[in-house]
Amino acid sequence: MHRFLALTLLTLLSATAALSQVPLAPASTVKETLDIGTSTSEIAITSDFRGADLTVFGALNGVDDLLLQIGQYDIVVTLEGPKDLATVRKKERVFGIWMNTRALTFDHVPESYSMASTRDLDTVIGRPQSLSDLGVGIDYMALSPTGNVGNGTGLTEFRDAFRRLKVSSGLYQRDLSGVRFISSSLFRATLRLPANVPDGVHMVKAYLFKSGDFVTQRSLPLRVTKTGLEQSITDAAHQTPFLYGVFCVFLAVVTGWGASVMFRKD
Amino acid sequence: MTVYLPIAELSVNIFIILGMGAAVGFLSGMFGVGGGFLITPLLIFYNIPPVVAVATGANQVVASSISGAITHFRRGTLDMKLGTVLLGGGLAGATVGIWIFSWLRSVGQLDLFISLLYVIFLSTVGGLMLWESVRALRRAARNEKVTLKRPGHHSWVHRLPMKMRFKKSKIYLSIIPVIALGFSIGILTSVMGVGGGFIMVPAMIYLLRIPTNVVVGTSLFQIIFVTAYTTIVQAATNYSVDIVLAFILMVAGVVGAQYGVRVGQKLRGEQLRALLALLVLAVGIRLAIALVVTPTDLYSVSIRGFAN
Repeated sequence: MHRFLALTLLTLLSATAALSQVPLAPASTVKETLDIGTSTSEIAITSDFRGADLTVFGALNGVDDLLLQIGQYDIVVTLEGPKDLATVRKKERVFGIWMNTRALTFDHVPESYSMASTRDLDTVIGRPQSLSDLGVGIDYMALSPTGNVGNGTGLTEFRDAFRRLKVSSGLYQRDLSGVRFISSSLFRATLRLPANVPDGVHMVKAYLFKSGDFVTQRSLPLRVTKTGLEQSITDAAHQTPFLYGVFCVFLAVVTGWGASVMFRKD
Repeated sequence: MTVYLPIAELSVNIFIILGMGAAVGFLSGMFGVGGGFLITPLLIFYNIPPVVAVATGANQVVASSISGAITHFRRGTLDMKLGTVLLGGGLAGATVGIWIFSWLRSVGQLDLFISLLYVIFLSTVGGLMLWESVRALRRAARNEKVTLKRPGHHSWVHRLPMKMRFKKSKIYLSIIPVIALGFSIGILTSVMGVGGGFIMVPAMIYLLRIPTNVVVGTSLFQIIFVTAYTTIVQAATNYSVDIVLAFILMVAGVVGAQYGVRVGQKLRGEQLRALLALLVLAVGIRLAIALVVTPTDLYSVSIRGFAN
């Protein structure tokens, strides 16, 4: 399947190569497009899941050959996990004991985030404005607080703490050389999914930048599902919680009673 | 070998969980305690979210208490009427406890509250047990006869109204302190994930003056229903009972308990109690240190209430 994809992309590529040989076309009129495909559309979390790699293939169409050769095109591929509320809490010492005293909740933040790029974006893309406009990258993603923010002091502090904690837990990752050109306009990105990746619908997004300016983007959904017994247990616990609880008790009664029967001396 | 815990949402080493369950089961068999007050802190030390540790601990106590309760039921050392009154208080307490639990969780103070409660209870109970067993050891060394104080005379508890006759226990007692005791234990069950026998048994003997022979059986009767109820309500409101974790703990626990009982019958009581007291104190101190020592990170992130 990989090979088939690569072949298709190569065919596309040769077509565009022919097009771009048309001389004197002003660079501004060339409209680049981007196509992507993933190695799989579904990732299963089994009981021995230790994380997985996701390979994203992509092709650039309608690129300016000269700019491509001098490396003016940059690609960023991200994998955003399902979005949810995230609360950051800060501890302070109260009567000698460390307790949570301040909290800030961010709305609509991805639970996991993996990013791969052709190069270090901050140095290459001279204008981080385009990154923060798009909300691409761990440092630039939108973290908007909800509820009572107070006077807004410490917002930066809480945002930084959130990013740092997510990176240290492995849920947020970046690979500054994770996108490689395998031919002049065909690229491959490798994204790492951590062992604690949340289940749900993730989004693969690819962004194309030309000389630091955003050109176009494509996205594809990726399902991450818990499989087998794990999935059934999670479903049962959340969809029929009462029955699940009753079953837990039943299991305990059977285990306790069974043991007393098995080990009875007489 | 790792196993994925679907509710705690993390992978753990199955042998560590089995070891924990077996060790606590062994101790609970040896000393005749439920073991919930050791299981929950151990799970927290092993990075299981306290929300899951408490709810799963309650589930585990159901399994570890059931065989004892069956034995007492067969022997007839169980006061069903007294147990039912206790249970009434217990169910109400557990319900209130779940409210407190959910509220603390929503304001981000649950972990601290659980740790504080454990520090208070473990250090108090451990300290008292140690003091008592050291005294007993010294008495034994001096070859003194152990004189049991007969809890004969009446206290304020016996002047309360709404008295009821409990035939099996051969006492005539106000139901107010019984319900109050059941209620407090119920709160502890849902907030701490313990059966509460380590508090209920002494309270029944020394406070309510209930004859010792029915105390353990009756408390087990109350514990089973309150922990079962707590498990179901925790599952229904907080989705925090991890059946995989609970099952591993149960299986290891009930097997460990059988061997614990056999060893316990051969060893001397005072030394055993001193050992258990030291262990309880050690767990309490470990939790207390975690509260006082500057954390490596002052910040924490939680999504839908679970820390990650």
